[in-house]
Amino acid sequence: MLDFEPFLLTLKLVTVTTMLLFVLGIPLAYWLVFSRARWKVLVEALVGMPIVLPPSVLGFYLLLLFSPENSVGKFLDHYFDIRLVFTFPGLVIASMVYSLPFMVQPLQAGFRMVPMALSEAAYTLGKTKLTTLIKVLIPNMKTSLLTAVILTFAHTVGEFGVVLMVGGNIPKETRVISVAIYDEVEAMNYHQANIYSIILLAFSFVVLVIVYGINQRMHKVHYLP
Amino acid sequence: MIKIAIEKKLLGANGQMNLRFQAEIKPGELVTIYGPSGAGKTSVIRMLAGLSTPENGKIDVDDELWFDSSKKINLKPQSRNIGIVFQEYSLFPNMTVRGNLEFALEKGQPKAVVDELLNLTELSELQNRKPQLLSGGQKQRIALARALIRKPKLLLLDEPLSALDREMQAKLQDYILQVHQHYKLTTILVSHDITEVVKMSKRVILFEDGKVKNEGTPTDVLQLNHLKLQRADAI
Repeated sequence: MLDFEPFLLTLKLVTVTTMLLFVLGIPLAYWLVFSRARWKVLVEALVGMPIVLPPSVLGFYLLLLFSPENSVGKFLDHYFDIRLVFTFPGLVIASMVYSLPFMVQPLQAGFRMVPMALSEAAYTLGKTKLTTLIKVLIPNMKTSLLTAVILTFAHTVGEFGVVLMVGGNIPKETRVISVAIYDEVEAMNYHQANIYSIILLAFSFVVLVIVYGINQRMHKVHYLP
Repeated sequence: MIKIAIEKKLLGANGQMNLRFQAEIKPGELVTIYGPSGAGKTSVIRMLAGLSTPENGKIDVDDELWFDSSKKINLKPQSRNIGIVFQEYSLFPNMTVRGNLEFALEKGQPKAVVDELLNLTELSELQNRKPQLLSGGQKQRIALARALIRKPKLLLLDEPLSALDREMQAKLQDYILQVHQHYKLTTILVSHDITEVVKMSKRVILFEDGKVKNEGTPTDVLQLNHLKLQRADAI
């Protein structure tokens, strides 16, 4: 019998990660674009790190950080009774770090694309920065929002190194599809690995087709003012 | 009474320019600022709106200080109660014509003013359309109506008609005069078009190279300016 558990777990991980990153990414990208602080380049570089770092490096340091033997892990364990190593919440946090640039960078591009004159028009009409963000900026960068969400989604589905390092291979807890495939191949279960892989392949393809389809339609009716 | 005296160093096409603008504007008056492009007219408007900050000076609107460098007062654009129409319309593409006007409403302000302005600017039939497919003249009417929703203390029009053709300009000038008469809003109109200045205002401020060179009735100021230019040519 085919075990669907890794597939469902992946879906859960990807959905939670994408949603949390969206909520975090909007203010972060806004700040990176509009802040005049000089040290924001440091933050920008940190956000972009996962693009250049091997996932195993990222996973290794997250593992050390989360470990109950070390400061952060010990603190969480001691005061909140939270364990992040080999658990689903730990996996979510690791995925968020890993996919952060794929959410933040398209959003930054989106904020830059909306003409400054639109924000200024809103300010002169007495609107706060928050109102302007929600009613003017975000509705006028839908393509970037969509791109950010797709990229984050796709990138998180495809992660392997970080997940393996931080999550290990615990069924129903951290055994996501990419780990399961690796596992089956190692056990010479090529048939099982093939089924998982085909499902993942088809699923990713369908998601991207749907999303790009929507994107294309939005482009058709999207005119600059 | 609006009293303005502001200074700022600007980096322009011809190097650094010391911009200095001073004027007194009576309540309900429509005054024009006339000058060549690059004179710093838009910078003056942006400083009045709070979109950029003067280095020195004071902006006093009916005894309310919007800016005072000596007292470190600098109200944000949101707290200045202005209406502004830019040359490039700056309408919100995600909202309908009506949506653009309703966006400008203050919290709790009755919506009746939206219909009133839609009627006044003859936009009622277009109210559910998105602005991007409309003509330049229609867009600028929306921008004007939107700027008027809050009945601002100061209406700033920054060359609002220069992107339009002559016929449309004349029509919109009539609209502006009409709403000015209707609401009696203190208005500053920036223009580099002599016929527009003559038609629209009883008082013009001649603004060149970042300095107020003269002010008075359009015929006096502009004729004198014209003579001076001719004399300069002759020499």
